[in-house]
Amino acid sequence: MAKLTRDAVLKLAKLSRLKLTEEEIERFAVELSAILDYVETLNKVDTKGLEPTYQVTGLKNVMRRDEPIEYQAKPKELLKNAPAVEKNQFKVKRVL
Amino acid sequence: MNKATGYRLQVTDGWPAVADIAKRIQNGELKAIDLVKKSLDLIEEKSDFDAIISTTKKRALKLAAEIDEQVKKGEKIGKLAGVPFIAKDNFLTFGGKTTAASNMLKDFEAPYQATAINRLEAEGAICVAKANLDAWAHGSSTENSDFFVTKNPHDKTRVPGGSSGGSAVAVVLGMAPFALGTDTGGSIRLPASFCGAVGYKPTYGLVSRSGVVAMASSTDVIGPLATTVENAALVLDVMSGRDELDSTTIEKDPKGYRLQVTGDSLKGKKIGVIKEYFNEGLEPGVKKLIGQAVEKIKAAGAEVSEVSLPSLPLALAVYYIICPAEVSSNLARYDGQRYGHSAKEAKTLEESYELAREQGFGAEAKRRIMIGSHVLSSGYYEAYYKKAQTVRTKIIKEFKEAFKKYDFLVGPVSPTTAFKIGEKTSNPLSMYLADIMTVAANIAGVPAISIPVPTPKGRDSDRSVGAGLADNLPVGLQIIGPQKSDRELLGVANAVEELK
Repeated sequence: MAKLTRDAVLKLAKLSRLKLTEEEIERFAVELSAILDYVETLNKVDTKGLEPTYQVTGLKNVMRRDEPIEYQAKPKELLKNAPAVEKNQFKVKRVL
Repeated sequence: MNKATGYRLQVTDGWPAVADIAKRIQNGELKAIDLVKKSLDLIEEKSDFDAIISTTKKRALKLAAEIDEQVKKGEKIGKLAGVPFIAKDNFLTFGGKTTAASNMLKDFEAPYQATAINRLEAEGAICVAKANLDAWAHGSSTENSDFFVTKNPHDKTRVPGGSSGGSAVAVVLGMAPFALGTDTGGSIRLPASFCGAVGYKPTYGLVSRSGVVAMASSTDVIGPLATTVENAALVLDVMSGRDELDSTTIEKDPKGYRLQVTGDSLKGKKIGVIKEYFNEGLEPGVKKLIGQAVEKIKAAGAEVSEVSLPSLPLALAVYYIICPAEVSSNLARYDGQRYGHSAKEAKTLEESYELAREQGFGAEAKRRIMIGSHVLSSGYYEAYYKKAQTVRTKIIKEFKEAFKKYDFLVGPVSPTTAFKIGEKTSNPLSMYLADIMTVAANIAGVPAISIPVPTPKGRDSDRSVGAGLADNLPVGLQIIGPQKSDRELLGVANAVEELK
């Protein structure tokens, strides 16, 4: 039922920013289809009159004071894992 | 195999009770530095189980020396001072790398620590090592680690369960008195069951998730693995409670979670045995031991009867929509630009994303990201994600109904004992099914514990637990409580642990 075509897998890979190999495309088409078949069993469940639950303990709009806090990490430490840094900023490939 | 009892391995951590360690350091009987060295030695000695990714040796020894120095000066030390522990490698910690067992983060050095780690450190506990896991905590066997497969301490050809497999193996082999894990669909309880440890999954939000590599944010919880309920309860007590850095955290019970000296009795407790967990998929050996455990609970004075929660078996399908959806969002941050693996050969910005992710993520992460992208995409969102969240409501309602009549629910943690390494890796869906009995507690946000089934030998005075075995492998009993019943649940688990 949920048989994913090659094109569908490629579209998902694109949405997910993954450059899959040929082998992966074939493998994932089969595996993802099986997983989707399984989860689609929920379609048969009667949920009339029920609302979805997104937060299990009932918390809503938890706010904190709108003030900067003294945080553990300093900018230098936050940048130390970056592949490229220039003038204390992340350096990325050209965008335009 | 011990011929007299029929039990091959008595699980004992070989450490004093966690509550006593700081006291004995304070009065000069023990030294923090010796405990940390003992832990590091054991990690080295038992390295063939591949439970540990890295140690934080230098920092651990420094922290231990500081505690010993405090004692020398006559200063008061924290209530967990000098207690070595091991954190699953998805907790951000100083003193080494935090990898989530993924190639994406294999060289990542955390710029800050998880709140849970900071709270334990504030009481003097010392992180000595980082434990192996399924990469990103995606899995039920620790075989999805991008680095190596952890072995079950009872049988090296079998998996330890997952995803917190390294943490469970570490405590069962006595590498430290406790370890930390995360449980998104069963990842603390399943390895606890497979290895013969105590694994505790608190109410959703009880422990801050700040500084823990996010998997599925609406079901992720942090909890302890130990060899006794008492140790697990004490660790939870120190870690839990509101944290400004995680807006989903809840207040802790004002009485805390440390066990009372008198202990809780099972007398008069209303215990429901979950009917849906005793179907044809349950291995006979597991069924027998769980049945015996239920009889012992009854004999101890609890009112035990069968209860049906017909929607519980749907929890796994709900989970495998919600989890990948949230995984795909949470893993979107790994784009090769700010931290994590980057593809040096990429020529364009687009290519730098795609190559970094293609090279840095393993097969299971990719599967979950793509399933997530699918179920959240326009036109499919209502059919999958919203439907799953609505079935979730149905499951929550059934739990609430059951908890009107029962104080706690019990059942197995898993339909099987530890399976063979490689047995399920070729079929991702069969691996997912390993979580069939643990995942409902995550979907409903309720607390649950896995404890080894009581054995004739009982719990030794030297704090060892007797792992009840089926075919020489441990079996865990699962006890589930209503939301925020953590204190009572730990009390009851302690009472069950004492049964013979």
